[in-house]
Amino acid sequence: MLLIHCPYCDEQRAELEFAYAGQAHIARPADPAAMSDEDWRDYLFIRANPRGRHHERWRHIHGCGRFFNAVRDTVSDKFEVTYKAGEPRR
Amino acid sequence: MTRFSAFSLFAKALGGHQGWPEQWPDAAPRPAYDAIIVGAGGHGLGAAYYLAKKYGITNVAVIEKGWLGGGNTGRNTTIIRSNYLYDESAHLYDHALKLWDGLSQELNYNTMYSKRGVMMLAHNVHDIQSFKRHIHANRLNGVDNEWLSAEEAKAYCPPLNIAPEARYPVLGAALQRRGGTARHDTVAWGYARAAAALGVDIIQNCAVTGIRRGLDGAVEGVETTRGFIASKRIGVSAAGHSSVIMQMAGLEFPLESYPLQALVSEPVKPVFPCVVMSNTVHAYMSQSDKGELVIGAGTDQYVSYSQRGALHIVEHTLAAICEIFPIFRRMRMLRSWGGIVDVTPDRSPILGKTPVKGLYVNCGWGTGGFKATPGAGDLLAYTMARDEPHPINAPFNLDRFRTGRLIDEAAAAAVAH
Repeated sequence: MLLIHCPYCDEQRAELEFAYAGQAHIARPADPAAMSDEDWRDYLFIRANPRGRHHERWRHIHGCGRFFNAVRDTVSDKFEVTYKAGEPRR
Repeated sequence: MTRFSAFSLFAKALGGHQGWPEQWPDAAPRPAYDAIIVGAGGHGLGAAYYLAKKYGITNVAVIEKGWLGGGNTGRNTTIIRSNYLYDESAHLYDHALKLWDGLSQELNYNTMYSKRGVMMLAHNVHDIQSFKRHIHANRLNGVDNEWLSAEEAKAYCPPLNIAPEARYPVLGAALQRRGGTARHDTVAWGYARAAAALGVDIIQNCAVTGIRRGLDGAVEGVETTRGFIASKRIGVSAAGHSSVIMQMAGLEFPLESYPLQALVSEPVKPVFPCVVMSNTVHAYMSQSDKGELVIGAGTDQYVSYSQRGALHIVEHTLAAICEIFPIFRRMRMLRSWGGIVDVTPDRSPILGKTPVKGLYVNCGWGTGGFKATPGAGDLLAYTMARDEPHPINAPFNLDRFRTGRLIDEAAAAAVAH
């Protein structure tokens, strides 16, 4: 089980308190009507899925309830850093 | 190739089973091939075998990063069934199921395919409605599937607890009698042996590090840890690492890789006659011929390549198993392990051509690829040999994520495979 640092609560807590919420920093389309089918495919379905550094969202669902971002190594599962939503990509 | 028969087994038994020859040679890479398959799991070895056997391309190499069958082929819970809801899926999985029949004879190698039946438990009204819909859809597609009452389910699988006061009451079950299990390792070994006998090179401990493309964009070969190997046709069948390989060719794929766990108990005498799945409480189980209870747990929630999962996932499954089968409450677990499964947004595989000329893909089988092993191998081989997909795998193209023609088994087939 992962140990995850919530940047809002500033505490290291067990994974059971958190819900994974997919790849981070995927921007919603600013003008959906102007999107081509390829744009929609990329936005909805294409994911980085890297072997290594992964930017991802977590939600402290059994804590403060807030979304935050994290960088984790997908081979070692070790977290590099967690940071608040809205902060620039690390 | 040694031909196995009752006589040869008996003769070798008299000699204490000494002197069996090597079943396939460990090949070193040659400079060029007519076709290369990346990934020596059941699917990749199957593709190589069918390329050589059915489609006449014998100058083939199968390249494997680790050892043969050491990925998801050797890590799954060996469940075989074809009772999928949508027409495209039913045709795809039933194509595989038909090939399982007679596979041992064709390969002259015992895959231990056992049609012991796959029973899916219904615990609530929604399950009943959903399973009955599956049953009707399956019958229209010529796939056997039938409804059992709770009592009939208990008769089919005596360890089942159908008491009305049970934590997860059993209201009925859907049974596919043609479903069952096979011995996963022997599927890989059987294909490897038969493919090698037809001239296929199986190259282990050789990781692909790059895909070389020419000026016209078409593939020219693969860079590996053992040097460059040229080929105009490359089929990628790399399961959890498919998106990593595809990125080497400059393609981004709609895949996410998750750890999926399984575990086995200590071996006991035959006590569990079929495969039982419960999607609602997320547990599935069968008993191997060796006697171990083979239990499938869920995926972790996050993307990972670590080939191990968290303990609470296993605990969740075992808690459900103990409720549904109280007789196993004091059973001790022997081993647990994880594999990396590549999951698509609609939970259906991607099997066909890619935008890169000469590059073919077989991926996205998620948590349920083992059952499709012969079918996926055959269809990948067909697609590579003809440079066009077979009508069965044509709907499973990559373009469906652009057109929106998804084959959405994500909800339909439920979580477990």
